[in-house]
Amino acid sequence: MNSNQITNEHHIKKQNLIRKLLMDRSQPGKVGAHTPESDVPKQQTLPNKYLREELPLPEVSENEIVRYFSQLSQFNFSIDHNFYPLGSCTMKYNPKINDEIASLPGLSEIHPLQPEESIQGALKIIFELQGFLAEITGFHSTSLAPMAGAEAELAGMLITRSFHKNNGNDHKTKILITDSAHGTNPASAVMAGFDVISIPSDQNGNTDLEALKAAINDDLAGLMITQPSTLGLFDTNIIEICKMVKDAGGVLYGDGANLNALLGRIKPGDLGFDILHSNLHKTFTQPHGGGGPGAGAIMVSEKLSQYLPSPIVKYEKNNSQNDYSLISPEHSIGKMGGFHGNFGALVRAYSYIKTLGKQGINQISQDAVINANYIKSHLEEYYDLPIKRKCMHEVVFSASNFKKLNGIRALDIAKRLIDYGIHPPTMYFPLIIDEALMIEPTETESKETLDYFISSMIKISEEAKNDPEILRNAPHNTPNSRLDEALAARKPNLRWEKESN
Amino acid sequence: MDTKNFISRYTPNTSLQKNEMLKDIAGVSSLEDLFSDLPSHLINPKLNLPNALSELELRNEIESTSKLNDTPGEFSSFLGAGSYRQFIPSIVRQITSRSEFMTSYTPYQPEISQGTLQAHYEFQSMICQLTNMEIANSGMYDGASSMAEAALMAVRITKKNRISVLKTVSQSYIEVLQTFLEAPEIKIDIIDNSTSLKPDTACIILQQPNFLGNLEDIEKFSNLAKENDSLLVVSVDPISLGMIKPPGDYGADIVVGEGQSLGIATTFGGPYVGIFACKQKFIRQMPGRIVGQTIDTEGKTGYVLTMQTREQHIRREKATSNICTSVGLIALGATVYLAALGKSGLKQIANLCYEKAHYAANLINSIPGYNVVDNGLFFREFVIKCPIPPKEVNKLLIKNKIIGGLDVSSEIENGMLICFTEMNSKKEIDNLIDSLKNIQATK
Amino acid sequence: MSKEKEMYYSDEHEWVLMKTDNTVFIGITKFASDNLGDIVFIELPEAGNDVTQFEQFGEIESVKAVSELYSPVSGNISQINESVVQNPEILSDSPYEEGWLIQVELKDKSELENLMNLKDYESFLESGKD
Repeated sequence: MNSNQITNEHHIKKQNLIRKLLMDRSQPGKVGAHTPESDVPKQQTLPNKYLREELPLPEVSENEIVRYFSQLSQFNFSIDHNFYPLGSCTMKYNPKINDEIASLPGLSEIHPLQPEESIQGALKIIFELQGFLAEITGFHSTSLAPMAGAEAELAGMLITRSFHKNNGNDHKTKILITDSAHGTNPASAVMAGFDVISIPSDQNGNTDLEALKAAINDDLAGLMITQPSTLGLFDTNIIEICKMVKDAGGVLYGDGANLNALLGRIKPGDLGFDILHSNLHKTFTQPHGGGGPGAGAIMVSEKLSQYLPSPIVKYEKNNSQNDYSLISPEHSIGKMGGFHGNFGALVRAYSYIKTLGKQGINQISQDAVINANYIKSHLEEYYDLPIKRKCMHEVVFSASNFKKLNGIRALDIAKRLIDYGIHPPTMYFPLIIDEALMIEPTETESKETLDYFISSMIKISEEAKNDPEILRNAPHNTPNSRLDEALAARKPNLRWEKESN
Repeated sequence: MDTKNFISRYTPNTSLQKNEMLKDIAGVSSLEDLFSDLPSHLINPKLNLPNALSELELRNEIESTSKLNDTPGEFSSFLGAGSYRQFIPSIVRQITSRSEFMTSYTPYQPEISQGTLQAHYEFQSMICQLTNMEIANSGMYDGASSMAEAALMAVRITKKNRISVLKTVSQSYIEVLQTFLEAPEIKIDIIDNSTSLKPDTACIILQQPNFLGNLEDIEKFSNLAKENDSLLVVSVDPISLGMIKPPGDYGADIVVGEGQSLGIATTFGGPYVGIFACKQKFIRQMPGRIVGQTIDTEGKTGYVLTMQTREQHIRREKATSNICTSVGLIALGATVYLAALGKSGLKQIANLCYEKAHYAANLINSIPGYNVVDNGLFFREFVIKCPIPPKEVNKLLIKNKIIGGLDVSSEIENGMLICFTEMNSKKEIDNLIDSLKNIQATK
Repeated sequence: MSKEKEMYYSDEHEWVLMKTDNTVFIGITKFASDNLGDIVFIELPEAGNDVTQFEQFGEIESVKAVSELYSPVSGNISQINESVVQNPEILSDSPYEEGWLIQVELKDKSELENLMNLKDYESFLESGKD
């Protein structure tokens, strides 16, 4: 052992200290926050039967809490610290100005139920963002009510359902979903009461037109398709696909998870889509926050505009203080959440679009696509590239050559990347690629970072051949080595308990 | 700002570097080649967007837009109804602003996400302790979506196809239930104290304290649910649990609620965090993200997302729900809040809300023309009857820099739902009382 | 291997083994358990319930997926394997013996004719259908 390292015994002590749970740190009498005394006369208390007896929350001092969470935070990879080429997740830089703007008291302290004349500023921001997003994507109108991409997808499917019902087409119960579409799509369609049929991709990664043709009949409610697809490819038959679906009376739903590749380059509405959703936490820089909050925008063509989830903001110049108002569209599918959507996330997206303006939006897609193709070109001689085409904003490799060689899997390559300080790409998705490694660099990564990533991937491909154990045991320097997920699911331990500690 | 030669400050590669990179890409000789799969007649459309702004210009512009709002803090506010202005200890924002938490992804890679995972395990633990329930998930989108997920879960468990909702549950929550339950054809019965249950009822949903601020007679509904083999779903205000009996004490099967009051700014309605807790026996039916403790290959304790196979991205059309993003950062904020307030702090916050509300109620009852609508016991919110429509009252109050209560005149004639938290000083309350008196006088 | 030769197989990868003249064991094949990976939870109906041939009777959850269990025969469940419910890993270790799932009293013995023998099942697996 190197003499400048601490002993193993002390290393364990240090780890145990950091990871001790709050309840195990609790000591009677410690205070984490002081609360004021009451400044009003004492009131009669509630009858005993309504009162709680014990309140088993921790008692920990303020500075202990700060150190605990600060130390925990250092166990995380994050965009500010690490390259995060997580396919289909668009882990781009989250601008700091957006956070500052979102915490302006006039935006963060306002109550959702204030009278409209007292929240005109908030409504103006929502109204303008509705317009920006409709303009960028080429649609008639927008609702920002959904609180996440999945809610926006569900909203899109409920809109499809209501539209057909209102037009007397109750028999339209079937949704087609391409197998290169985003993974949430089938669940969303089922939640809206549809039957789901999967449409395969052809060998070029486009939608299989013959299979699509065969699946289209009178009960077609719509098609859900992700563009570019989760293979990182733009479907060269998209115009024809739109026409086929529309001729059969179906609604064309675009999953905008990969909208980053198209910004300013093409408007999905122009291609013929009826509905598109956008994850504001992907394309429009709402920070991911260790799993949310996000926000989902949903854009629709004119014929569907009256079905949008409520509320939306309307503008009417009427010389009073109420130019902006919250309304519910005539055939609205209803409310998705308790209030008006995730306003804090909307403000960040608004700030981002205003920062880039009409001059900067198409630079996003341009640089994102260059970065992805640059990675593709440098890695295709080391990793299997199942579909050999130029890609859009992300590239999907396969680790199947290593699996055949010596059983090294996509997971092992991904975990080894952690040792190089890089977050793993998305693995095992899309499902149609064996041992998929889906890499999305985004536009905010420099050439220097990409070069480091490429050299790391090349090095790992050599290790996979010459020293596979180093991959199987990776990662090596993280607070935990690989964790037993089967144990966690077999004997679920979901909370602190006195006995167990 | 120079918009002619605009270069985004978020894209680091120069034109020179990009040209070099393009040279390395096989089969591509120009930037336009990269986009040649896109229909050429639709490419590079005109964008009708405003010009790019520098940080200074942007800040000034949005700051002045924000000033079009009347902001609680500058105004005294007595609005509640599901979103509450509470004091937020400074450590909550400091910790949630740490970029290791704020700019990380959903913790699918546990080895490099232990910070988020352990924090969420703490959240689950504290939600269980607060509600006295056996298990909890790491949070839903908001209180309303938690309620909708609870209804769907009750239907899955009982295999019955209708739910009963007390009419004293928030109307906007009921509207969210309608959105989510219409397509799967689950019927919603709105019930009151005297209604009996229809035979096929999966669950009874009630809110404690209810939307109008009053405490429900829980035992009655708990027994009614048991007699009908229905589940009892209770929506809670977590601050109230610093004082009143937790749902685990009276046999609730599923507990939901809006977690915003636990250290999250009101932010015009979101992002918030939905509380979701239930009995252990329903563990395999519980939706959302769930963190579990386990061990690593060296035997060390660590945390992982567990039971993910039931989630949408693996199970596709057979998923328990389609939720993907959660609200990790907000749940973290609530965790830090509960840790900071702790046992004695949360009790005292609940107590302050209670005392101030009851102090105000007594005073309002003594103003001629006003009275507190007697719907029984209350915690920190109650309905007052005003001499003129609440909308008019609020217009006059705002001139005195007071944001009044919520207009509930559609349910109770001239009714206003009014709320008190520790943020309302005695001086503010006395000022409200004086203003109400004056409104009466000027009628 | 001898027992596997006596078993009947469904194309949903369940096996049937005669216990007595009209009672059978039902389980899932090694192919199925290998494909599922680490099994973490098994949900079975209670004894006394009826099952119908080719209809769902339970669920099996692994770290990778949740799958439905389809009964290869119709009849009444006389017993369930409590120990495999308590310790699902048994199924991965011993799918054909200790990892049986339920015992069923057959309603109609002729239904067995709708199933495959070992040889047919093996060629079914080779044909790549699943």
